[in-house]
Amino acid sequence: MSKTHHKSLGLTNDDVIEMYKTMLLARKVDERMWLLNRAGKIPFVISCQGQEAAQVGAAFALDRKHDYVAPYYRDLGVVLAFGMTATDLMLAAFAKAEDPNSGGRQMPSHFGQKKNRILTGSSPVATQVPHAVGVALAAKMESKDFVSFVTLGEGSSNQGDFHEGLNFAGVHKLPVITMVENNGYAISVPLEKQLACKSVADRGIGYGMPGISVDGHDPLAVYEVVKEARERAISGEGPTLIEALTTRFTAHSSDDDDRQYRDLTELEKAKQRDPIITFANYLKNEEVLTEEELNKIESEINDEVNKATDYAENAPFADPDHALKYVYEE
Amino acid sequence: MTVMTYIQAVTTALKEEMIRDENVFILGEDVGKKGGVFKATEGLYEQFGEYRVLDTPLSESAIAGVGIGAAMYGKRPVAEMQFADFIMPAVNQIISEAARIRYRSNNDWSCPITIRAPYGGGIHGGLYHSQSVEAIFANQPGLKIVMPSTPYDVKGLLKAAIRDNDPVLFFEHKRAYRLLKEEVPKEDYVLPIGKADIKREGSDVTVITYGLCVHFALQAAEKLQAEGIDTHILDLRTVYPLDKEAIIEAAKKTGKVLLVTEDNLEGSIISEVSAIIAENCLFDLDAPIKRLAGPDVPAMPYAQPMEQFFVIDEDKIEAAIRDLAEF
Ligand SMILES: Cc1ncc(C[n+]2csc(CCOP(=O)(O)OP(=O)(O)O)c2C)c(N)n1
Ligand SMILES: [Mg+2]
Repeated sequence: MSKTHHKSLGLTNDDVIEMYKTMLLARKVDERMWLLNRAGKIPFVISCQGQEAAQVGAAFALDRKHDYVAPYYRDLGVVLAFGMTATDLMLAAFAKAEDPNSGGRQMPSHFGQKKNRILTGSSPVATQVPHAVGVALAAKMESKDFVSFVTLGEGSSNQGDFHEGLNFAGVHKLPVITMVENNGYAISVPLEKQLACKSVADRGIGYGMPGISVDGHDPLAVYEVVKEARERAISGEGPTLIEALTTRFTAHSSDDDDRQYRDLTELEKAKQRDPIITFANYLKNEEVLTEEELNKIESEINDEVNKATDYAENAPFADPDHALKYVYEE
Repeated sequence: MTVMTYIQAVTTALKEEMIRDENVFILGEDVGKKGGVFKATEGLYEQFGEYRVLDTPLSESAIAGVGIGAAMYGKRPVAEMQFADFIMPAVNQIISEAARIRYRSNNDWSCPITIRAPYGGGIHGGLYHSQSVEAIFANQPGLKIVMPSTPYDVKGLLKAAIRDNDPVLFFEHKRAYRLLKEEVPKEDYVLPIGKADIKREGSDVTVITYGLCVHFALQAAEKLQAEGIDTHILDLRTVYPLDKEAIIEAAKKTGKVLLVTEDNLEGSIISEVSAIIAENCLFDLDAPIKRLAGPDVPAMPYAQPMEQFFVIDEDKIEAAIRDLAEF
């Protein structure tokens, strides 16, 4: 349950309803992809489940009309908040020609959409960190009022590009916000085998920037710290490192079986703090939404996911020789 | 026209492009106040200020990666790797990112970055200040690799690289920086990326090469002219993707082909050139394709005799041409 009240953060009831809807849409799209995968209809899924609050809370604290994001593969919540649609995501899941991320060239969850300022991403982890720093450098050079926002997992924060990117941003005081979604595992390897320091946030000091840990199950708590980070960035005070403490509710991906390495009772416990449920409860307690309204939202979102799935499933693939296009400018 | 060294042509091209387009900016190690360890960016910091001639942390993957991010945004970064040898920490950014951005986004995003790096040996640089690294990048569709051989080409090709809407690696031979001088037009001009250039017309033997080796080949050709051997020289200029048409035409012209690189032999640029000729010129050849390259040892040793053993020079090229002419 949120400790901070949304109104004290300057959020209206409509804002938090939209946040909730975005979180729920991310969850429902994700759940549908697993069903499609298990039914043999799509080859691969990698999940946002458990991390939606961190993603949506952060995205709503940004300027979603001007800021740039460099998301990582779990960030369904971020890209939906930045204007990608359920249909776009399903087109990517089915690898269809109309997929705006890559036209079916990349695996799903390799996001990118220029019109929504979502930088194109790849598979090698953490390479997006310097890219976001580069966008922030451009903002500073042009004295523009936008920031860049980049995410990655805690395991990925061991990559050289995390270090090189954050150090660069720190030295030049660039308007970039880095959010590490710490879900405690990098595939099978737990946090204590990834980091020698206690928290990812501790790393901030090495880059001359604040490092802040926040409860990633609470969208309002994440909203608050990202909002503050954005204000610092815009006022020329430089970058911020945020660690959102989250839980990965699924296996690493559809190709992984986490029973081999993970204590599932620990996971069941975390699921009691499922952000979709706790945020719905918050909205009910605060009398933002009634039970009936919540049900209505859920059924609308189910419809949206159904439509998106049908559309994507029936959409055409790119022609095989489309594989030859766009190596260089044409 | 003004007489310019190879490195002055680099500086001139950078400066003119920065004046022409305010999105062009330079980033790299020591490029600012110092003007670069070779002085390629001399005077630019004073003229354009800190944020257009940016001294970065000692951090190659960030130099490439931050440049890539800025390029995706719409800037025209020119990133400097202090030595081509030190591009290695940035290889993931260059190959996994820059090269694939247009393709992986289905043409939604692009990455107009230029990455300059001094390469090449014969300057007592030892293993890690002498290398040719182009072959590492030369099977990465999405990248273009330019390696100019003259001040004139440097100016026109560097401008073209900066204006290109895709990532270009621009390798400058560090020994050529002050060795080569010639008249260069004062006017703005660009030369086409992807096009080889005939540096000498001849009818007996064709030499296909690039970079500083073009200079040595020209010297060898002058000497051999006195012996009545007439050498045709094709300068690849862009080593990836290759100008296949020009290669085939040059090979057919004399039927005897010498391929030269100062890189290690196996898997080098000239290996691919050789394959193109083998595929297309079977009945036009009068001798087996001959390759002259560095030995297959990791890199150029420091001690002068071993360095000399490794490098390509005028004499080695001359001997190889003569061999072919006599075949
Ligand atoms: C450079 C690189 N090495 C290995 C992989 C394979 N891989 C993909 S995700 C992953 C684990 C990432 O863990 P973390 O950063 O904690 O993110 P999470 O998946 O937990 O959200 C690994 C090892 C990769 N994609 N890139
Ligand atoms: Mg993790």
